[in-house]
Amino acid sequence: MKEALVITGYCSIYDRSAVVDGKLLYRGREVNPGELYTDIYRHFGINYPKFHKMDMLSRLGFVTADILIRGKHTTERYEGSETGIILMNSSSSLDTDRNHQRSISDRKKYFPSPAVFVYTLPNVVIGEICIRHRITGEGNFFVMEQFNPYFMVNYISQLFDNKIIETCISGWVEHDGDNYESLLFLIEKRNKTEGGIVNFEPAAIESIYNSK
Amino acid sequence: MTDIYISADNVLTPLGFTTEENASSMLAGKTGICLHEDISISPDAFYASLIDTRLLHDRFSSFNKPGKFTRFEMMAICSMKDAIEQTSLDLKDDHTLFILSTTKGNIDLLAEDTVSKSAKERLCLWDTAGRLQKYFGLSNEPLVVSDACISGIQAIITGTRLIRAGLYDNIVINGTDIISEFVYSGFNSFKSLSTGPCRPFDRSRDGLSLGEGSGTLIMTSRSEGSGLLPITVGEGFSTNDANHISGPSRTGEGLYLAVNRLLTREPGSIDFISAHGTATPYNDEMESIALTRAGLQNVPVNSLKGYLGHTLGAAGVIESIMSIWSLRKGILLATQGYMEPGVSNPLNIIGENTTARAKKCLKIASGFGGCNAAISFSVR
Repeated sequence: MKEALVITGYCSIYDRSAVVDGKLLYRGREVNPGELYTDIYRHFGINYPKFHKMDMLSRLGFVTADILIRGKHTTERYEGSETGIILMNSSSSLDTDRNHQRSISDRKKYFPSPAVFVYTLPNVVIGEICIRHRITGEGNFFVMEQFNPYFMVNYISQLFDNKIIETCISGWVEHDGDNYESLLFLIEKRNKTEGGIVNFEPAAIESIYNSK
Repeated sequence: MTDIYISADNVLTPLGFTTEENASSMLAGKTGICLHEDISISPDAFYASLIDTRLLHDRFSSFNKPGKFTRFEMMAICSMKDAIEQTSLDLKDDHTLFILSTTKGNIDLLAEDTVSKSAKERLCLWDTAGRLQKYFGLSNEPLVVSDACISGIQAIITGTRLIRAGLYDNIVINGTDIISEFVYSGFNSFKSLSTGPCRPFDRSRDGLSLGEGSGTLIMTSRSEGSGLLPITVGEGFSTNDANHISGPSRTGEGLYLAVNRLLTREPGSIDFISAHGTATPYNDEMESIALTRAGLQNVPVNSLKGYLGHTLGAAGVIESIMSIWSLRKGILLATQGYMEPGVSNPLNIIGENTTARAKKCLKIASGFGGCNAAISFSVR
């Protein structure tokens, strides 16, 4: 039976809301993004103390991924080494870059911190998700002006075609100051009868992205 | 699998503004790492491999092309121009993609006033990539790969995949990073900087040296290219340790997985290894464990960090280019700064420049976020 790539789940956090597989599961108070991520973390009963040490980009990516794959049996169905994480955003780690810059801008109050500096790399959010879910497979972080579903589908499809991954967490994780927006997809191979939510195609992804 | 060839390359560092100049300096045992006193980077004197801004300006202004560019952009342009001028490929058609590999781009601009929208945009890595793409009149929206210290290898891996998926024929990769107070203070806060020029794999190694550089690699599926000995690019893989975001795995798990996957999928012996070899106690130790687990402990291995320091997002590109140079010339470069064995799993460290008919090279790297990558280059 011919297998196809399908989206078996998606989760987005934007505008004070968490939406899973098209359903609004959380709508919060008027708070800043940092408080929102913590509210969502609590609402979904996540218990992972390291969360509170992460920078904002990692917190957003972490909770989005956690909610995305809960109940999906990803970690039981797949080896860590056959699971990929491919993320994209626009501002890289600029939010945390500013925090690090503030710590060195005044020679009289000079306090650069390794706990901040490590997050001045956007791919660290991939590392945080990997540690949480024991994922050891292919990872990559791309920076682009706007979310590009065509690139995402092209890039991830060839990872499946070449048998480098069997499942993938992929999408957009953007946090810069008061602006934030995440949309992660879980992608798997399924035969036609099993199906998924929707085929892994640019038009479907674009439509989900635009329906936010 | 589609054959992908190296068409042209450039390495721009304090040791030279071309690949050949860098190779000559390395063969002569020179290092770009020296003591600097520059309070705009550090309150105290520090060792690093920094590009002379005056030389960079001289080279850049000789191009006589209008426009204001930052230091980062000038480095990338000088490197890309040399490589693009070597190739006979038509890079202006829409079968070419430009990929920028960097960790921090124009990060020095963050110290200035960044309230205005244009200043903020210039800090965005995609904006920087777009300026470089437009400078050279390349088509297609460029791609930016930002995966900490494995960025350079990841850009090459990404490029090979896009070619093999039939999406492009040619990929122009540039890897660049600059050393500013931002980067220096961060690594210093981690206490990962060496007291003198770094000493990869050596018993007395005590940390890394930071370095500035830009490397450009042009890959193509169209022809064997340049008239030089044809070199093909293998598949390449990345992995994650799933262990710690700022420290290497004690078992070398992620790097072992990447190397093992490569060895499984690409049969054939490895003739030499270009290691990450940052000269931090933990990194070099971890690499020795991972390479030994993969059965490669007897394969000659070098690190080029003693010549150039750690050039961050440029490192994977620059070190791959120098490895390709080694394959073409049949000369393995010595590990500058190495004197005595200093890792628990002994490796076959290349201590002197060595003549060798090497057919296949393995290039590896590991970085913050627990990421690891491996790729191979072979004489066709």
